[in-house]
Amino acid sequence: MSQTFILIPGRTSDQGCGISEGKFQPKYQKQIQSLQMSPGDMQRLAVKEGDWVRLTSETGSVEVQLVSAPKDELPDGLLFIAYGDISCRLMSGDTHGSGMPTSKGIDVTLEVLASAIANTSAIANSTAKAD
Amino acid sequence: MSAPAVQSEVIPELKIVQDATCTFCGCVCDDIDLSVKDNHIVEAKRACVLGKAWFLNHTLDDRPSCLIDGRPASLEEGYDRAARILTNGKYPVIYGLSDSPCEAQRVAVSIADWIGGIIDTTTSVCHGPSGMAFQGVGEVTCSLGEVANRGDLIIFWGSNPAESHPRHFTRYSLMPKGMFVPNGRKDRTCVIIDVRKTKSAKAADIFIPIKPRADFEALWTLRALARGIELDAQQVLSDTGVELSVWQDLMARMKAAKFGVFFFGMGLTMTRGKHANTEALLALTRDMNAHTRFVSKPNRGHGNVTGADNVVSWRTGYPFGVNHARGYPRFNPGEYTTTDTLARREADCAMMIACDPMANFSQSAREHLASIPYIALDTKDTPTTRAAAVAFNVATYGINTGGTVYRMDDVPIPLRPAFDSPHPGDFEVLTAIEDRVKKILGINA
Ligand code: SF4
Repeated sequence: MSQTFILIPGRTSDQGCGISEGKFQPKYQKQIQSLQMSPGDMQRLAVKEGDWVRLTSETGSVEVQLVSAPKDELPDGLLFIAYGDISCRLMSGDTHGSGMPTSKGIDVTLEVLASAIANTSAIANSTAKAD
Repeated sequence: MSAPAVQSEVIPELKIVQDATCTFCGCVCDDIDLSVKDNHIVEAKRACVLGKAWFLNHTLDDRPSCLIDGRPASLEEGYDRAARILTNGKYPVIYGLSDSPCEAQRVAVSIADWIGGIIDTTTSVCHGPSGMAFQGVGEVTCSLGEVANRGDLIIFWGSNPAESHPRHFTRYSLMPKGMFVPNGRKDRTCVIIDVRKTKSAKAADIFIPIKPRADFEALWTLRALARGIELDAQQVLSDTGVELSVWQDLMARMKAAKFGVFFFGMGLTMTRGKHANTEALLALTRDMNAHTRFVSKPNRGHGNVTGADNVVSWRTGYPFGVNHARGYPRFNPGEYTTTDTLARREADCAMMIACDPMANFSQSAREHLASIPYIALDTKDTPTTRAAAVAFNVATYGINTGGTVYRMDDVPIPLRPAFDSPHPGDFEVLTAIEDRVKKILGINA
């Protein structure tokens, strides 16, 4: 079942460091591909870190992995992600005559992806073996 | 018997660059001591975590200085091709500039002028709405030095300096012991207003969590309270997500402050309401001056985004989103701003300078950018340089090249480079492109 949330893309310190290290390096990539959810919402939806969800805005749809937001940082009903490819896909190109797309406070619906969870564990298992 | 030969090892000398300038964020800290060994910064004393990552990761690399269609090419070939792309276009856009020195920004504006193109900066997708609000309302402002010496009530609205400007608190806004705040932090009250309890909230005396997308309502609540207008407590709570009594307490503190400061961030400009949000904040600041001294300042992100606003304003009369197609500058955010010209598929060529729209723009804008010929200048390999027709790998400003940048409070600061780069800087590349553009267009000036 899909749930509605408000997505707040923003800056994180690790993302800032990752920009200097290189945008194709793991630190930056990890930051822009991790969706933070409040511990309360994670409990309510019975999801855990590493689970995949699909986010859909009026502009686009993405699949992304969940991480728990640091304690108290995010109220229930809000999601956070570091600015990057994923947040861009959910942002409209329309700036309402301002030059600035609405990049924060984006309405999204969220679905937990059972198949993606299975995929992730398969990938995790094969990586573990390769290590 | 001869003595065994002593293996001689060349130990690279350690060079110290004192008071170097960090250009990673708008704080532009100019008190960094760099230790440089073998063309590599090994230590950046006093820099924050972002500044250290900036200085220590900009090393010399063996990537070619120029790629054309992804293949190594000479700089001369790159300049020629870039000039042809820009002069062949009917709707050329030059964008970025917030991580280039003012000297290079100036040349970029000239190129836009010669080719009748658009000059726009990353301001349009950070504090562009604030720029519009400044024009509409005006700006009661001051330098960061005044904040350090006088500010006794510091309010951050939609801004998270702990993660975006880590030395803001210690260098300018909270910790400094100033002339009129001799006990530093103890003499100041810090309020943070945000939809998330960010890392910055830990530094606050008061954290006010507002409802997402309710900044406009919250600011107008404060404007009403500043004028002593009675408000319906229920309405305020449902509009802002915060009890009226909290806003009343804040307003009492604002009126009692000797020198109040709003630092505002993209929580205001990127959220629904955009320039209407910042207009409300600037108007509130103006209102407060009937009671006490109050100022507001945007927390600017990139190292020289403030310089970009200044340079584009000197050259064209407008701060960003300026179109030269008619032979004189016209300003219209939403029409001449880059993300719009790309998303509407109007631009037919572009030059992206020290910016990464392929990592930051909407999908429709990115798709169009990928479909037109464009030039990219960057110190790093990025999604934007990878898809460029001509990509210049340039020297890093402040580390390899000198020049001037503007701190977020419009104070110009000189750069003190640490070591040379084999790559040209933005200024050299843009000057060479400008020369060729003028030749193609038959301009002798
Ligand atoms: S606060 Fe900004 S300018 Fe100062 S050292 Fe950190 S990143 Fe550099």
